[in-house]
Amino acid sequence: MTVSDKILLAHGGGGRLTEELIQKIILPAFDNQTLNKLTDSAEISVGKDNIFFTTDSYVVKPLFFSGGDIGKLAVCGTINDLAVSGAKPIALSLSLIIEEGLEIDTLRKIIASVAKTAKKENVSIVCGDTKVVEAGCADKIFINTAGIGFKLPKANIGFDRICAWNKIIITGTIGDHGMTIMSQREGMKFDSEMKSDCGSVANICEKVIEVFGDDIKFMRDPTRGGLAATLNEIAGQTGFGIEINEEHIPVNPTVRAAADMLGFDILDIANEGKVVIIVSEKNAEDCLQICREFENGKDAAIIGKVIKSDDGLVELITMIKGKRVVQMPYGRELPRIC
Amino acid sequence: MLERINKAYKQIAKAQSVLGRKINIMEVCGTHTVSVFRSGLRDAFPDGLKLLSGPGCPVCITDQGYIDAVLSLADRDDCVIATYGDMIRVPGGKGSLEQRTKRGNIKIILSAEDVLKLAQENPDKKIVFVAVGFETTAPATAVIVNEARQQNIKNIFVFSNHKMVVPAMTALLSDKNNKIDAFLCPGHVSVIIGSDAYKPVVENFKKPCVVAGFEPMQIIDAICEICRQLAENSPAVASVYPAAVTPKGNSTAQKIIADTFDAANGCWRGLGNICGSTLKLKEKFSDFDAEKQLGEIFVHEETPVGCKCGLVLCGLIDPPDCGLFAQSCTPDSPVGPCMVSSEGACAAWYKYARRKRRKQ
Repeated sequence: MTVSDKILLAHGGGGRLTEELIQKIILPAFDNQTLNKLTDSAEISVGKDNIFFTTDSYVVKPLFFSGGDIGKLAVCGTINDLAVSGAKPIALSLSLIIEEGLEIDTLRKIIASVAKTAKKENVSIVCGDTKVVEAGCADKIFINTAGIGFKLPKANIGFDRICAWNKIIITGTIGDHGMTIMSQREGMKFDSEMKSDCGSVANICEKVIEVFGDDIKFMRDPTRGGLAATLNEIAGQTGFGIEINEEHIPVNPTVRAAADMLGFDILDIANEGKVVIIVSEKNAEDCLQICREFENGKDAAIIGKVIKSDDGLVELITMIKGKRVVQMPYGRELPRIC
Repeated sequence: MLERINKAYKQIAKAQSVLGRKINIMEVCGTHTVSVFRSGLRDAFPDGLKLLSGPGCPVCITDQGYIDAVLSLADRDDCVIATYGDMIRVPGGKGSLEQRTKRGNIKIILSAEDVLKLAQENPDKKIVFVAVGFETTAPATAVIVNEARQQNIKNIFVFSNHKMVVPAMTALLSDKNNKIDAFLCPGHVSVIIGSDAYKPVVENFKKPCVVAGFEPMQIIDAICEICRQLAENSPAVASVYPAAVTPKGNSTAQKIIADTFDAANGCWRGLGNICGSTLKLKEKFSDFDAEKQLGEIFVHEETPVGCKCGLVLCGLIDPPDCGLFAQSCTPDSPVGPCMVSSEGACAAWYKYARRKRRKQ
């Protein structure tokens, strides 16, 4: 059943409505095996090589936030989509849709941030486009980046590689990006204590693949819809159940307080610099230690495991040792955040 | 932590053996409902204890007629609707506010002060504030009205449907079919009204009323205390949230409510008309009263056929007992308000307790 004959904001929220839009309207039109896999990046053969290709658009509001800005996000987000697919990012495109009236100085700052982030991550911005639309037809600036990368030789990643008893690692605290944006937008007073995790996870992804090869079964950056959406997608695609343990999930206390205050489930809140790694049981502890060697992985934790289950649900063992279901979020928990 | 849980387990068993049946405790606050589900308490408690989700979520108890009146105002070009987020998805007879967001005149606010800001930024528009909530949000509405008067802001119109908790508790217990053994009373509301406000409930109906905050351990402690009272047949008002809740409550907030509103009869979804349960602006503030100034009156409307939100809100059935639950009524396309609000019993059940996986 569809909710409405018009697009709702929730259709862009990364939850159930986004899934419905993709499944019912977009996939049937193109129907090809590469797209149908719905991976973060498409793997395509070019001559003898396999390259990965991805794209993402960024409409975050505010443009500048604690821990990052739309430029940094546009580079890191696309790099992360390549990295979690087991690719080494090499080049990005940059398309700008600018609203008439944007201060040139603001644009300059954003471009400087794109350049700085790309340099740090060792990717080149190799092509691009600029469009200006009338005032009111966009909100200051929207950015699209597409990216390509080479397949890491040892990478073998996919939903079909996930098995029961694999362990689940998250590389740090959850919910930081979503709650930072939310509190900054709404001028809530704890915004100074929160910082978006906006950043690249390519360093961690590359290292764990180099060390553990095909024992790294699957990776995904839990952006819109948060950990709940990512784990539900894994459960949905594999048919396995997932069991996670609340006391092991790292959360910044201020972020938790902000989420509680606004009535959000922290599991539904977006991240922009974290990765969920599904790893074989025997290598889980070692993989965790390697993640923790990185500054952006210092709070990494094993949060649960893939289990055999009839109903393929994601379940959370709570602090008080109760159990409850973690559903795919609806999609409008938060305003525009990425 | 484990010690407190075990203590509660023992008290539950004791109360159960004294009563010789299951114990039904109603939480009268949507935040408690969510905390109970989210923390896994519902799963952790023994079978002998049942938690009923009462009429404690402002969205859930809002009559369909009120929603339709707001929708009519949203369709007017001279009005901007200022509303708390949860209200936008509640379906009335004519759709929901969410379906009208394209018009650009629906503004989601986080605090009542945002309404004053909206009014100043849009001097040529009528800002209609969808004033819902219990004694916790009513003082903020009162502040808006008083501030607007002081600052000579003339384009704010409050559509008040604020509700009071104790009249609803009384109405529930007055129904002879009720299954309620005790109330878990809302922390935030009690900070305002004070725990003494529950005394008449204890005196007239002999039911324990225990106030708790929203941390799972506080809820466990409150349930432990309720079961102790039930086992000893000594119903009383108690609080396991003593730092924040006093017997007399917050007199400043009570005063501004009393100075700004009159208690009137009002419709609650599922519970019908309850005497003295709804806060309406006093006559002296009638120039800010949306119903009086904008000609849009809230008239009670029946709920959609098949929707059993009313029975859920009275604790008479669990959400899955409703034929629409997870069938035609889901968070994506809610039929009744208990599925819309994240603090609604049906939405909490759907989100945290539904075992059957949704078909892909």
